[in-house]
Amino acid sequence: METKLISLPVTVNRDTRFRDLVVEALGEAIFSCYQCCKCSAGCPVAFVMDLLPHQVIRSVLLLQREKALSSRTIWICASCETCTTRCPNEIDIAKVMDVLRQIQVESGTEAKEPKVPIFHRTFLNTIKKFGRIHELSLLTNFLRQSGGISDTIKSGEWKNDLRLGIKMFLRGKLKLLPPSKKGVEELRKLFDQAKEHKKS
Amino acid sequence: MKASFFPGCSLEGTAREYGESIDVVSSFLGIKLEELPGWTCCGASAAHCINEFLSVSLPARNLLLAEKLKHDLVTPCAACFSRLKAAEKALTKESKEIDASTPFRGEIKVLHLLEFFSREDLIEIIKDQVKRPLSNLKVVSYYGCLIVRPPQITDAKNWEDPQALDNLISLMGGESIFWPYKTECCGGSLLLTNLDIVRRLIGRILDMAREAEADCIVTACPLCLANLDTRQEEIGKAKGITYNLPVFYFTELLGLALGLKGTQRWFRRHLTDPRPLLKAKQLM
Repeated sequence: METKLISLPVTVNRDTRFRDLVVEALGEAIFSCYQCCKCSAGCPVAFVMDLLPHQVIRSVLLLQREKALSSRTIWICASCETCTTRCPNEIDIAKVMDVLRQIQVESGTEAKEPKVPIFHRTFLNTIKKFGRIHELSLLTNFLRQSGGISDTIKSGEWKNDLRLGIKMFLRGKLKLLPPSKKGVEELRKLFDQAKEHKKS
Repeated sequence: MKASFFPGCSLEGTAREYGESIDVVSSFLGIKLEELPGWTCCGASAAHCINEFLSVSLPARNLLLAEKLKHDLVTPCAACFSRLKAAEKALTKESKEIDASTPFRGEIKVLHLLEFFSREDLIEIIKDQVKRPLSNLKVVSYYGCLIVRPPQITDAKNWEDPQALDNLISLMGGESIFWPYKTECCGGSLLLTNLDIVRRLIGRILDMAREAEADCIVTACPLCLANLDTRQEEIGKAKGITYNLPVFYFTELLGLALGLKGTQRWFRRHLTDPRPLLKAKQLM
């Protein structure tokens, strides 16, 4: 007898795009997470996270977009790759953090740790401008962009920062002049192309 | 022996003594490290966090430049290594993020400097040339994160207990001490944004080095050294501890053990001055 396939109407009542972006980036391994917590147990910055790494994975699977994107965790993650290395189900957890950060940045909302994406943006702008990182430009631009100068004055950290800066300078570790802009034209093209590769 | 060299951005600044010691040691060993002409930044910790395309294309550009020269690409920085390896993997599996017309044939290898210096032929030369053995110097090897993790990217073999630095220390006559924090994270990428977290991570590493009764720490990454070397005083003060644990680039110790000139100038650049320790151990 011939087997007849019946196609049932599929009811889509949830927007799965958020999860799809993660799955697209790292494959279906994420569905095999059985919450063993090995990622969270080995995470060096778990002590300051509001959502532990295994909870981030679950929130992605449950389509809890806001919960994941508004977490402190995605910005505090130091990208040390310990979770990815140890996951028994080969889930690239550090990559999940990257994808979530990328979606968060593109969403245009404010990050829970706003200084971190400002730092990354300043970093990329420094590359775009000079082709390489000039540490002093990166530092001063970041302080300016993030309101870091007034923060360091308020907290009294400035004395320490200044002392450290002077010590580094005296030891020849602060290069004052920026690099010679080699390859900058080519990099501009990459930065333009990057705009066309948005997540959403 | 020849290789293309990708110095990375910090070698002209905060990691100056790393660059200087690499020059001296490699020319002594007869290695030609030729700086990759027109190299640009790999995107380091920033690109992969906020822009997938740049995270691959920035390092890929350098990889393609290097392949034209047909020599393996060697880099002394853990972050550069990690990004260049990530690009290598992405280009060889035709990532959709990269222009499909990009011809990368995978004919050159990306190597971290530590891996390069662990080649058998070099090990033999180093063994024969040690003039001033690092006798009685107790050293813990600090590999940090990205030289070894994740192994799918780095192709590292012993990612939980790497050996390359330990082997070099033993080769130089020093005492390599086992400790459980070889690959513990120092918080490098958070240094400018979350100093309190970084201080805590560094503090744990320094505490463990003390508990292991090490005289000093050896590393192969500019950011690891900057973190561990520059903040000992402030972290110690808050805890009522004096750490005084010098942190070396492995190439500086090689220069010392091989009896090369210039070591004084490198050591002067450290914030935790290694000279008193080296004098006490009669290595200077």
